[in-house]
Amino acid sequence: MSNIKLPIYLDYSATTPIDPRVAAKMAECLTIEGNFGNPASRSHSFGWTAEAAVDLARQQVADLVNADHREIVWTSGATESDNLAIKGAAHFYRKKGNHIITLKTEHKAVLDTCRQLEREGFTVTYLDPQENGLLDMEALKAATTDQTILISIMHVNNEIGVIQDIAAIGEFARANRIIFHVDAAQSTGKVEIDLQTLQVDLMSFCAHKTYGPKGVGALYVRRKPRVRLEAQMHGGGHERGMRSGTLATHQIVGMGEAFRIAKEEMATENERIRMMRDRLYNGLKDMEEVYVNGDLEHRIAGNLNISFNFVEGESLIMALRDLAVSSGSACTSASLEPSYVLRALGRNDELAHSSIRFTIGRFTTVEEIDYTVDLVRAAVEKLRGLSPLWDMYKDGVDLNSVEWVAH
Amino acid sequence: MAYSEKVLDHYENPRNVGVIDDDLSVGTGMVGAPACGDVMRLQIKVNSDGIIEDAKFKTYGCGSAIASSSLVTEWVKGKSLDEAAGIKNTHIAEELALPPVKIHCSVLAEDAIAAAIDNYRSKHQ
Ligand SMILES: Cc1ncc(COP(=O)(O)O)c(C=O)c1O
Repeated sequence: MSNIKLPIYLDYSATTPIDPRVAAKMAECLTIEGNFGNPASRSHSFGWTAEAAVDLARQQVADLVNADHREIVWTSGATESDNLAIKGAAHFYRKKGNHIITLKTEHKAVLDTCRQLEREGFTVTYLDPQENGLLDMEALKAATTDQTILISIMHVNNEIGVIQDIAAIGEFARANRIIFHVDAAQSTGKVEIDLQTLQVDLMSFCAHKTYGPKGVGALYVRRKPRVRLEAQMHGGGHERGMRSGTLATHQIVGMGEAFRIAKEEMATENERIRMMRDRLYNGLKDMEEVYVNGDLEHRIAGNLNISFNFVEGESLIMALRDLAVSSGSACTSASLEPSYVLRALGRNDELAHSSIRFTIGRFTTVEEIDYTVDLVRAAVEKLRGLSPLWDMYKDGVDLNSVEWVAH
Repeated sequence: MAYSEKVLDHYENPRNVGVIDDDLSVGTGMVGAPACGDVMRLQIKVNSDGIIEDAKFKTYGCGSAIASSSLVTEWVKGKSLDEAAGIKNTHIAEELALPPVKIHCSVLAEDAIAAAIDNYRSKHQ
């Protein structure tokens, strides 16, 4: 355990550190010695050099997902991309229909945007996922009407890491002439994306889950067949009018370099990360009453979301202070609010509360995984030793049959 | 969330964890609900002079809930039932420096004492 630095970062789905190679490129775009110009400046070389750097980054982002560089619109992150895609398409196509379909396990950037459109008069269907977190194609088909103009389904879920079948959804959407938006914030560098074959019209990206900087993202907007959007940010007419605002050269260059590295190293990286995730899971799965949340097969390599029954979530997080992980319960308020994603899978409150999301990434080591296994096992055993529910379970009491004295 | 030193101490080294075998001298109180995120079981053993001579707990809950129940096992020992019933959540919250969002843990601990005393008394009517 000697050279392990605590706490151990196992929250790569929240954000990643910037890869040093990316940071170096970004640093070249800041000072008077560097490439600091405004990419929109037409009249001097400072502008032209900045524009060249932005163009290269645009190509690098397009390359990772096999798109045309003209289909990439820079934004401030996946939240803005989701807003631009969903509001932009809904507003543009509102004469065609007013119905939108999405999934209950989407990120808040999608769900809250849909809520806003409901306030503007649109109708939104929030589909229940199956128990494994995956979309039920039959439910999607059943929900579709002649008023449906937009389907928004994420590629990889941020909490449970499950991968939706966006090829099948795209095929259905295209056949029914419905715009298909995919939030791919969590999938770049983790899952192959080929927009030449996928029938996806709009796709949201961000840099900071793929070893790039926070505060920059992109929206893919398909050219053939052409998808139109109503701008949400008005101004100087940057990004072909779809998103005004001076381009943040250093951020964009960082995203480009991060995506270039992702394309190059994805295959080997995923193998290494999967090996560590499996090592973590194998170290924990023989404990009693542990449940993996979400499908294990259709899942990115770096995610393990697991519930420890009869252990309360906040005390578990406290016992795991040496780990930087996410918990399925938002324990900042008196009324514990379990994760809406786990609730949508049909997990009961207790299991949702006692869930931990481990997300493994580029800088995770095998030593850190082994340390984590020991720590988690010890913590769960300690807390079960303290838990009256564990005693009752061991005595064969059905906890659902107990009349609790709620307070 | 930042925890007070006393909460951390009780959480790291909980006092009087365990189970007392049930008999006429024992009162058991179980309060809370799993869906609310905390369940406390507090047991007291009362001697022939009516004094609580032993107390044990088990708690499913956050660090503050564990600390609150650990603390009350220390406090009720050596007290009569009436004295133990006088322990209020405000005393517990103050001793552990609980933040406002954790006051319900101290309320639950007070409820647990009352429930254990009730259970003991119901055996001696
Ligand atoms: C699936 C998903 N969508 C959207 C976002 C928001 O991205 P950003 O922080 O770049 O706005 C995130 C990350 O928090 C995410 O995981």
